[in-house]
Order: sequence, then C-alpha cells, then structure tokens
Amino acid sequence: MTINFESKKKYNVIGTNPIRHDGYDKVTGRAIYGADVKLPGLIWGEVLRSPYAHARIKSIDTSKAEKMDGVFAVITSKDIPINKNRSGIDVNLKRDVDNILAYEKVLYKGHPVAAVSAADRNTAKEACKLIEVKYEILEPVKNVDEAIAKNAPILLEDIEADHLGKTVNNTNIAKHFRHELGDANNEFKNSDYILEKEFNLQMVHQGYIEPHNATAHWDENDHLSLWSSTQGMFAVRDLTAGFLDLPISKVTSNYVEIGGGFGGKTKVYLPPVAAILSKKSGHKPVKIIMDRISVFQGSGPAPGGKIIVKIGVTNEGKINSGAVDIKLEAGAYPGSAIPAAAVCCLACYNIPNIRVDAYDVLVNKPKSAAYRAPGSPQVSFAVESVIDEICEKMTWDKIDFRIANASKEGTRKPDGVLYHKIGFIETLEAAKNSDHWNSKIDKKDKNKIYGRGIACGYWHNGGNRSTVDLILQDDGNIALNEGSADIGGTRTSISMQVAETLGMPVESIHPSIPDTDKIGFTATTGGSRTTYATGYAGWEAANKLIEEMKKRVSILWEEPEEEIDFADGNFYSKKSDLKMNIEELATKINPTGGPVTSTASVNLSAAGNGFGIGICDLEIDPHTGKTDVIRYTAVQDVGKAIYPQYAEGQIRGGAVQGIGWALNEEYYIEKDGTMANTSFLDYRMPTALDMPNIDVIMVEVANPLHPFGVRGVGEVPIVPPLAAVGNAIKDATGSRIYSTPMKPRKILEVIDNG
Amino acid sequence: MATDKIHVKTTINGRPEEFLTDPYVSLLDALREIVGLTGSKEGCLDGNCGACTVNVNGRIVDSCLVLAAEVDGQKVETVEGMASADGLHPLQQAFLEEAALQCGICTPGFLVASKGLLDNEPNPSEGRIRHWLAGNLCRCTGYENIIKAVKKAAENS
Repeated sequence: MTINFESKKKYNVIGTNPIRHDGYDKVTGRAIYGADVKLPGLIWGEVLRSPYAHARIKSIDTSKAEKMDGVFAVITSKDIPINKNRSGIDVNLKRDVDNILAYEKVLYKGHPVAAVSAADRNTAKEACKLIEVKYEILEPVKNVDEAIAKNAPILLEDIEADHLGKTVNNTNIAKHFRHELGDANNEFKNSDYILEKEFNLQMVHQGYIEPHNATAHWDENDHLSLWSSTQGMFAVRDLTAGFLDLPISKVTSNYVEIGGGFGGKTKVYLPPVAAILSKKSGHKPVKIIMDRISVFQGSGPAPGGKIIVKIGVTNEGKINSGAVDIKLEAGAYPGSAIPAAAVCCLACYNIPNIRVDAYDVLVNKPKSAAYRAPGSPQVSFAVESVIDEICEKMTWDKIDFRIANASKEGTRKPDGVLYHKIGFIETLEAAKNSDHWNSKIDKKDKNKIYGRGIACGYWHNGGNRSTVDLILQDDGNIALNEGSADIGGTRTSISMQVAETLGMPVESIHPSIPDTDKIGFTATTGGSRTTYATGYAGWEAANKLIEEMKKRVSILWEEPEEEIDFADGNFYSKKSDLKMNIEELATKINPTGGPVTSTASVNLSAAGNGFGIGICDLEIDPHTGKTDVIRYTAVQDVGKAIYPQYAEGQIRGGAVQGIGWALNEEYYIEKDGTMANTSFLDYRMPTALDMPNIDVIMVEVANPLHPFGVRGVGEVPIVPPLAAVGNAIKDATGSRIYSTPMKPRKILEVIDNG
Repeated sequence: MATDKIHVKTTINGRPEEFLTDPYVSLLDALREIVGLTGSKEGCLDGNCGACTVNVNGRIVDSCLVLAAEVDGQKVETVEGMASADGLHPLQQAFLEEAALQCGICTPGFLVASKGLLDNEPNPSEGRIRHWLAGNLCRCTGYENIIKAVKKAAENS
C-alpha cells in the first residue's frame, strides 16, 4: 500500500539539532561496544585462517592444539551442526556456512579453517599455530578476466549457475542476467554520436575502525546469547540459528554499540564460531575479536570489476540509447552487489532504449559485502565518465545536458520500475546555482595543475520491517524501544519523529535498543532505511499512543472520544473549553485503565529514491602525481533532513569515503592471489590532513511515501566522488584514467603520455 | 607461556593503580582487561588508527604499541579521566554540540589526542589541528566536524 503524504512546511522538532541521546556515553568512554562486553568466566577464541588464496584442504590435525595448556576446544567445519547433514542444506545457506569455516576448500587468503578457545587471547593465538593443516595448493583466480578465461580454475565445483535462465555448470560466472528497455542494440544506429569505454576497478574495504567481534554464551539449556558488532542483531540471530540448527527462539542477540559498518557489518562471521566454541568449552562464554589483517583478508570488501559503457546521443542533446556490461567480483561465493549495480548504472537518466548485461563473477578474494550504495559507485564511475566525455566532445554544458536528460516522476528505471516523485532536477539546479559551480578554481600555486569535475549518483534506498514500542511514563516522558542498530544518531532521528508527532520536546523521549527478545523484528540498518522506516514506525506508534491517550481523556472528561482533539501535545474538547497536556494526563492515567503503551510495526516496500551530485576541484603536482582535493561540494536531495547535523554528517562522510576510493584505496593483489596491503599504513584511508572541508547543499523534495518526507541520506553521497575526481583529473591533465584508484603513478602516466 | 608476572605501580587518571601483568601485554590490553577501563579502543593493534590513544606523562601514545610494564611509575590519562564532577571537558561538550562523532569508536582516541594538543597549544590553527590529528583515523565524519569541535573547545577553554 502506498500512502501519499502532503509535505508540511513548519516543524517544531524536525530540522533542529539536539544533543544525541547516546552522545554522553560515547564521549566519556562509557558506551559498551562488542569488544567491551564482560561476562563471568569469559574465555577467548581465535580463528586460524588459510595462508593460500585457493587450495584444497587435505587434512586438519588439531591434536597438538587440543593438548596445549589453557586450551578448551578446537573446532573445524565438521563441528557446525548443519554440516552434519550437508546434502540437506539450502545452497545459499551452504555458501554462507562455508564462508565462516571452510569445508574441503579454501577460497581466499584469510578464509577461516579452524578455531580455538582458550583461557586468554594470547594462548588462543598460540594454539592456532599448533593446528596442522595440509593443503593442495590450486591456481588462484585473481580478477574477472581470469575468472571467465577458458580453462580457468573453477572455485565452486558444485555450482549450478543461472545464465539468462539456463543452468550452467563448471563456471565462475555465478549469475548472468539482463535488463532491457526499448531496443538498445538497434537504436544506436539513430544516435548521432556514440561513445564506448571500458573501466576497471579494484576491490576496496569499508574501513570501519572497529574490527568484527563476537561474544557467545551457549548455556546448558541450549539457549544461546550473542553480543556482536553488527548492523542487524536480528540477522545475526537468524543466520546463527540457521547454522547451528537452533530455533530462533533459542537465540538472543543482544544490542551493543557498533563502531562503523557502512554495509560491511551486515554479514555474519564470528558469532556462530564463538557459539560452537562456547558449547564445546563447557558452556563458558567465549569472545573473539578479529585482528585488522583478518578484517582486510576475511571480511567485507566492495567488489572490483570490469564495466563497459556505451552511450548514444542525438545532435539535439538527448541520450537515446545506453548499453552497459557489468562484471563485478563477488569474491569467493556468489552474491556481489550486481543486482543494484544493474539498476543504478543508468538510473539518473531518462533513456528510452537500455540494455544492461550483469555478471556476478567468482574470484579467489573474500566474499564481497555491501558498502554504502553497494554497486552504484562502481557503475557510476563508468557512466558519469562517459557522460563527461560526451559533453566535452559535443561542447554541451555538463549540468544543462544532465537536466535535459534527467530522470523525473514517471521515468522508467533500467529494471522497468517507474519513479514516483523524485528531486533529481531540483538537485541539478541547486548544483548549477551553487557558489562552487559559479566560482573559479582557486589556483594558488603556479607549479601545480588544477581541474574541476562534476558527477551524479543514485541510490534507491530501502524500506523493509521495523518496530517501535512507546511507553507513557508517569512523569509524562516517553520510553521508546526500537530495534535498529544506531551507527550515527538514529536513536535521536527516530525520537525526533516521535516527539514531533506527540508535540513534545525530544529530550522527553528516552530511546533504548533492547535485545531481539524484547522488540519486534527490525531489519538490518542498511539501505539508508533506518530514519525512513524505523522513523515511520515511530510516527505510527506515536499516533497509536495519541489514540489510546484520547480514550483515557474521554474517561476523565466523561466526553466521547470523537469530541476530543489533539494538537501540539495538548488534548482539547470540541464542545467545552477543557484542555490537558500529555504530562498532566500522565499523572491521572492509572485509574483510567493502567499504563498507556503502543507498538507499531511496518513493512515498507518502497523508499524514496535519492540523487546526489559532487563538484570537485583538484590540485595536482605534475612532478609527483600527488593529488589533493581542494574543494568539494556535495548536493543531495534528502527528502527531509530530520536531524540536519547528522544528515550532513552522513553526506560528508560518504563523500570522503568516495574520494578515498577514487584516489588511494585498493586491494593490492599479489601474483599468488593474496592481498599485500593489509594494514591501515598500506591501505591508506583519508586522514584529517588529506581532506578539505566538504560543502553540503541539502535539497528537500519531500518523499510522498513518508509522513515527514524522508528519503534516506547515508548512501547516495559515496556515489558521485569517483567520477567527479576522474572528471577533474581529465580537466586538469587533458587525459582520463579509466581505472581506480587514480593514484599518483597513473596520474604521472597520463601526464607523461598526454 | 610460563613467564613471571610484572608488578606495575602507576597513576591512571590521577589515581594510584597497581596491577600484575605478563611482560608481553600492551598498555591497551592492561587498561581494558586488567584495570577495566574499556574507553580506549582496539582498532588495528599496529599503531595506525589511533583509537587506543592515551596520554603518558604528557605525551600522546598509541597504547597498543606501549607495553603495560613500561608505565610503571608513569602518569597515564585516558578518556575516562577527561570529565570531572563539574561536568564534561570542553572538548567532550564541543564534540557533542558539533556532531563530531557518528559511530563513536574513534572518539576516545580523538578526544585524548585533541586534549594533548590543547594542553600545550591553547589556540592552534586549523592546519595545526589537522596535522596533529592525522594519526587518528575516523571513517564516519570526514573530519570536518572534529576539527570544528577542537577549535570551539579551544575558544571555550
């Protein structure tokens, strides 16, 4: 069902910047993150990982490790309960479980092979060294070209891949699907100018500062309690229960603070391992913290890949055809961000003829995970670079051309879905009118060269299930329980929507995130869904609370409910001059039927498509290739900024991640298929010294599917920077770099070769 | 691992503290696992992220790279020592007001590092703040609000 909301202009709470509720704990060091969990009798776990990118496990001998002083248990994949009946496991679950502890084959360096529990962390690490694993080393598949080559080594020997509806065996292409609108192949003949280019990208990591961690306690009554750093405690519960063959009601996933995720903490790595160790260690609680090398080698990268874009335009400045081939690295198991990439690639433009061929490609690298608008930055780098080149070739204004071709309400996306009301044109116009676009580049140093780039980006944003419970306390305050992991201010952005609805100050709302037994199912924090969907549930719960409070007022006033109005925190009688605020009602409520509570659950199918633009000025040292972003403006349609400081913060943070991706970050893969740069020293993320201030322009074209117009903000901002940086390099040097990262060596190459 | 433990007598956040530690244990692990102060965070254990930053005798250090035994007789300050009975430290207040944290995992390290700067240089320039804090990684904020908060705290203290 779709409800269309009228956008309201004036709010009391929404659009203000209160101090976030969890802020005090987080600036004093009191906040409890996963690694901070302490339990009586806690012991430690450690994971032994594969030193090879591709190998068959011949044997694992755990006997020496088991005999070491201080060791409680050693486990391998055969100790995972669902592996006891391998033939009965659903294929997707089988891939997931094989990723947490390898079965027969290791598919990337860092693939877990065994795990140990011991009295302390150091003993557990030492015991891992005593586990003897014999491998038959296989040739690694390092990129999509090698994966699809004839006679390529096959990663998954039991694969049954879907290639355009046909089942194919013995392949590293886990899936090939196609989107078609109109007839792209034939319509190119009506194009006046066609440009086709190939782009190559390396894997990158989300780079959250907090490593993965998990604490598990499997008690004697077969009840499992979990604490882990995750964007979705319900996903941890459900997947862990699945691996361990436990009903979900026997698993409690507790909320702990999360030190960054960006999509990378939507996967489950450690909780099931810690759980099995707990059971095998005499039901002692076990904690595992992943070290940083393993975070790089064994978790989360965003896919690299190869993207070929062909775009055809008419002399009138219209795009008439677009064809995109996308091959993304899934990593060791199927499931890259290819479905989203296939939609996002051409989603900014109204193109009548589209063909997108999308391939999910297996390579001997860690199983890829979501990373902020998963799949969209990669394809937008390719498409927005081609658009830039077309505009230069045809001498068209880069913003006017985009406005003339921009998607709007009623435009069909590559997957055939029609847009409802969106704000891309308004966003482009805001960019066109921005101070940045209308100022010259600040060329301070005549020994440097300078360039400006602009690029757009799209993310569809998510809906899904969320629950909010409200309790009116006797002092007139509201206790709020919700199930969304709070990675950056969402307790407050949800509380603000409840406060606005109830006509109360946000300080009167006291949010908590309880464990999975104490709140209704709430989907993982991801897809920019939390302020949108959990906020929607909060609005609905607040309206239910108002209805219940009206009943109580009706009893107190002895007036029918229909005769009672509610506005701005006050109940009014329509027929008398009686008036009462929520605080006063709270003191009188118990004789009217006990406490007042409400709960609301939603399952939202559609969210508010978001569009953003990046304008980037670069300074390049032509002698070293060192490149600095000296000015960057992010323009984005946010629908409605509930908590502007934090909405802007999302946009700034996303832009900086995108700039890091563009200029520096990559999985540097050696000939043997292993990652060479597994520390923050060598995997260089932007520091305070590398980044300029990021100007943010928020456009508010209210999303008609949300009571306050929210679209979701967190993901769009990482999409434009890759091409914005690439286009700026082209502007500065006269040459384009067709691969990421656009590091100094490549910049010197294009300067030297012209 | 049959090593004799070392007796460490130190001062943490102004209070005398004694503990026994294995010789190979880092200051970070001693603070977190022995003393029970979990405000200092583990991010990388190789001195590249700064989430474990503490102050030893007036110098900021990555506590993952210091052995616990080395702080015998030294003065250690952690994020837990910043607020007082009178309230938050101006830096903590400014971080809240300027939204200088999102997930908050790097925040203790940034606060301790920033305090180390302001203790010696009450009015640093933006460039100086950015240079000083380049040893602390934040993946959420893009740094701008952290820099603003440090400037604001400098003005308010």
